[in-house]
Amino acid sequence: MTSDLLIATTVGERARAVEQPAEAVAPRSSSLRRVAASAVRQPGLVAAVLVLTMVVLWAVAPALFTGSSPIDGVPRDKLQPPSAAHIFGTDNLGRDLFARVVHGSGTSLLATTAAVLVGLVAGSLFGLLAGYLRGIVDDAVMRVMDVLLAVPSLLLSLALITALGFGTLNVAVAVGLASVASFSRVMRAEVITVSTAVYVEAARSSGVRWSTILRRHVLPNASGAVLALSALEFGAAVLAISSLSFLGFGAPPPAPEWGSLVAGGRDYLAVAWWLTTIPGLVVVAVVLSANRVARAFERTGAQR
Amino acid sequence: MNRYLAKRLLQGLFVLWAAYTLSFLILYLLPGDAAAIQAGGAENGGVDPALVERLRAEYGLDRPLWEQYTTALARALTLDFGTSTQSGTAATAAVSAVLPQTFALAATALPLAVVVGVALAIASTFARWRWLRQALSALPPLGVSVPSFWIGLLLLQFFSFRLRLFPSMGNEGWASLVLPSVALAIPTGAFLAQILSRSLRQTLEQPYIELARAKGAGSARVHFGHALQNAVIPALTLAGVLVGQLLAGTVVTETVFSRVGVGRLVVTAVNSRDIPVVQTVVVFAALVFVLTSLVVDLLYPLIDRRISVTGASLVNA
Repeated sequence: MTSDLLIATTVGERARAVEQPAEAVAPRSSSLRRVAASAVRQPGLVAAVLVLTMVVLWAVAPALFTGSSPIDGVPRDKLQPPSAAHIFGTDNLGRDLFARVVHGSGTSLLATTAAVLVGLVAGSLFGLLAGYLRGIVDDAVMRVMDVLLAVPSLLLSLALITALGFGTLNVAVAVGLASVASFSRVMRAEVITVSTAVYVEAARSSGVRWSTILRRHVLPNASGAVLALSALEFGAAVLAISSLSFLGFGAPPPAPEWGSLVAGGRDYLAVAWWLTTIPGLVVVAVVLSANRVARAFERTGAQR
Repeated sequence: MNRYLAKRLLQGLFVLWAAYTLSFLILYLLPGDAAAIQAGGAENGGVDPALVERLRAEYGLDRPLWEQYTTALARALTLDFGTSTQSGTAATAAVSAVLPQTFALAATALPLAVVVGVALAIASTFARWRWLRQALSALPPLGVSVPSFWIGLLLLQFFSFRLRLFPSMGNEGWASLVLPSVALAIPTGAFLAQILSRSLRQTLEQPYIELARAKGAGSARVHFGHALQNAVIPALTLAGVLVGQLLAGTVVTETVFSRVGVGRLVVTAVNSRDIPVVQTVVVFAALVFVLTSLVVDLLYPLIDRRISVTGASLVNA
């Protein structure tokens, strides 16, 4: 058993545990009230959602949040500590750090989303094949996944980057492919549970084609746990991508990315603490929030 | 016992072979021509076609993939992973030259991670006050959410630039080992604490714990005499992943602290697209995983006597 498996089983168990009660559909107003009530009880979750919303807004419309250019600096204003004019301070070229963080959100979040999507699609496909066909396909796919777990994902990503080359998109693909194993395990476990259910047997014995069974019965029921895992993987992907960007494999300078911003401040550690500390704090806040939302999603996501 | 060991060794060899094959496929099959890359990189644009052809012939890249693979595998069996394009020495020699430095770092960080992780897990379920338990159990999720390069830089900023307690870079002496091993131990320790405290909490809800309490066992006796032994099993199962993570963590840590080691070697190898070195490290990581898992498998029966290593498989009676 491995970490992914551990996550897999707990995600699956919770998904199923929540699935069981088929209560009468509550009226909309009371469900709204329930959301409000649970928001009051979970201030952490509310804060997490707010952080994620803000970062997404940064990514979508950076110009709304900052008027400064992320690329062109004012040399006169270089290495200024955080102040009212520059709330995150300025870097060695006089560029506003807040502007760079805000403009970097787009690239960083896009890369993260791409990585999760690559892992989700490729992993689900393998898991679906293994879990539905069983037999020799299952054995072969799962042995490959075992091997993927034997090599740490960061090293796997680095090998993929060596082959694919540098750049944000390649980093995203490398991180996504390195997370295929956990997605395929969860998908396989879910598919096996669902496809031995009575209604699937009934569909099969009444002559429904297997592609239809997959589409109409297996996939919708198995997707809850897989989606909960992708929320969890989002935080991990932010970390992995910022690490690779820190190592210099992401977008080439002067384009800002959260990881490369921290790397850029390395040479000024002694004189300008804000250059490394603040972009790092942004990453921490996003990862913590993503994990918090993932946990909430794990508990309630399967209800739908 | 011997049959079991033999079976596990065979499985380990399979994983190594598969890791080699997988890295071969990734590095030699994916888009990006290995010869063109090594002749100066596709980024430079003007690569001399004659040089590329010569390199292709030299590396055997003009032959069919199947033939390339079998030749490479046969060489790998004799521990020949090719020649490092950066240094011109054998890739295995390049890796083993810096291995002691990484070993020293990992050997300091691992005990630190285990002690802190286990202590945190126990304290977060054992502490007398509810607020303290809650505060302590918030630490592991925080620890796994913090990028390790950032922790390293914060440590550098505070302990070497402000307080001037430790050197900021290099490999000399014990003092240079302190900050990197702390930075490396934090994510691993937090991960371990997360797994162990989850499993401790589940174990403490078991009926037999209730029984022990009903018979008058104190909190300490319940924890250390009854629960811990069982709760530690899931964490042990992850030992291979944990050690692998630690090894991968050296990539970032050694870069942050400018230390010589396997992790830093990989970064420079990826930068100059030194395929043989990257492949050697990937296979080495798989070897570390296999060995750790093997050691842990042999430890199980010592911790839980219900698990016995008999015949061909692990029997959980």
